[in-house]
Amino acid sequence: MITAKKFQHTYNYGFIDETTKKEIRRKLLKAVAIPGYQVPYSSPEMPIARGWGTGGLHASLSLIGPDDVFKIIDQGSDASVNACNLRDFVKRMTGCKTTFDTGEATLIQTRHRKPEEILTERQIIVFQVPQPEPLRSVERYEFKTRQMHAEADYAKMWVSLYESYVKFGAIMQGAGYPVRVNGRYIMTPSPIPRWDVPNLSMAPCLHVFSAGREKRLHCVPPWTKVEPLEFEDVKFCVEEFRDIVCAASGGDRAFMDEIYESETSRKYVMNDSSFLDKVRAGTRPPQRLFTNPPSAPTAS
Amino acid sequence: MNDTDTGWLLRVRNLTKIYGDPISNSVQYTGPKFGSNICPETDAIVACAEINFDLYPGEVLGVVGESGSGKSTLVQLLYFDQMATAGEVQFSALDGGQTNILTLSNQRKRHMRNHLMGMVYQNPRDGLNFGFSAGGNIAEKLLMAGNFHVGRIRERASYLLEKTEVPVKRMDNTPATFSGGMQQRVQISKAIANNPPLLFLDEVTSGLDVSVQAKVLDLIRHLQRELGISMIVVSHDLAVIRMLTDRTMVLKNGRIVEAGLTDQILQDPQDAYTQLLVSSLL
Repeated sequence: MITAKKFQHTYNYGFIDETTKKEIRRKLLKAVAIPGYQVPYSSPEMPIARGWGTGGLHASLSLIGPDDVFKIIDQGSDASVNACNLRDFVKRMTGCKTTFDTGEATLIQTRHRKPEEILTERQIIVFQVPQPEPLRSVERYEFKTRQMHAEADYAKMWVSLYESYVKFGAIMQGAGYPVRVNGRYIMTPSPIPRWDVPNLSMAPCLHVFSAGREKRLHCVPPWTKVEPLEFEDVKFCVEEFRDIVCAASGGDRAFMDEIYESETSRKYVMNDSSFLDKVRAGTRPPQRLFTNPPSAPTAS
Repeated sequence: MNDTDTGWLLRVRNLTKIYGDPISNSVQYTGPKFGSNICPETDAIVACAEINFDLYPGEVLGVVGESGSGKSTLVQLLYFDQMATAGEVQFSALDGGQTNILTLSNQRKRHMRNHLMGMVYQNPRDGLNFGFSAGGNIAEKLLMAGNFHVGRIRERASYLLEKTEVPVKRMDNTPATFSGGMQQRVQISKAIANNPPLLFLDEVTSGLDVSVQAKVLDLIRHLQRELGISMIVVSHDLAVIRMLTDRTMVLKNGRIVEAGLTDQILQDPQDAYTQLLVSSLL
């Protein structure tokens, strides 16, 4: 039998070659040094298409070492197809231990959620970001948005929030609510729900946001102030799950998925699967919960 | 106009804007003497050059001249829409006039625009964002001056729209649905939102019908009297200049050919070009 040698080579540890990893790490250091600033990076080819979690993989695989315990979630769930495939890939490329337990993991990759459980100083969380530019909705040219960031010219962003309030009586931005990091750059926190936004501020863990398709990464370092954009009289609010309990665990005060059962009934289940498991086992970990301010006056 | 004078609000010295590829003689070989503002050697366009004047608080200064004489370029340079090629501009509201504001960083220039200046463009599409509502356009100016209270922003916007006779009920409509005169009045509201000490008006009444023209001019005169804003009024319409301004500069081929009291210039023009301009009045 003929065997082609070229397909038999083993991959480098973590799939990405060391030079590129080094480049990504340097960009990560820059992103940590300038919180909220979007750093362009190489975004090398991966065995999945750009925009399907490649950004997250670049950051994870550049940071991961043999002692790391890796966890990956997709919209809170360890079991979604995207999460399973990426977990298998990382495991094969690094031989790392993987886990479903948020507390046990040292490196967590996530799509569109931050776990409910409080992350610690020894943990890094990597967000997969589809669109890192918060100003894209108000300015279509990238060369202009970069200039706007450089000069902290965020008038258009503010006016769009004002317009949203005037039109709808509330700021309608649901996921990816714009935030100001460390009093300077405005950043989109990947499309995490509003529920998770307050948990970015003054958190002990390092947050890495990485957009593979857009070739940008930005960071929120530990213990950094992250403020959602809000007016003096129209305040930021998180989703309210009033009088709603989880159908699987009976618990409340967590971000819930709404599940339709038939034409008439629906139930709610906690979105974060690791958290749900712990609540069910009777070991509910501590959370940081945000209390909404008293309701804002409606637009006149 | 003397360099030792004090009490000015805006002092402009040797303000020059050249498009294209200037050589050292570009300014020398252009101007009214040559009847052209195009450099004969490099085809660089000397939009305006060697502009000197002082503007005093509460004063309204007119700038007249034919199309292409550099009027709009002049105010756009002062409002930082364009970068000047050379010159010095001092503004007494900033550092007591010590700094040449043309050399400030973009961030500080924008700060000045938002806090100390207002501009009304000939075309409302230049001054307003048609993707936002009329109220949103005014809010932009207020937000940038650090006012982050929606209630107060709306209050101020309603007040301004009322003042400029735009129906307050239409505050949340986009200016695209407004008539030309209304758009112009929304622009004026936006420009004066932060009570700036200095306002630039660039051909504000061109393209409006006469009854609306009269209303807009009336409004500007009223605001000027009430708020004591200094203004630079650019127009090719001598009637507008006569009605609004105290002092006038006549521009031709990018140079000031005559400057003085408006009445004097209109009654007794000295320069040949000004005489032509005044005698062409229909």
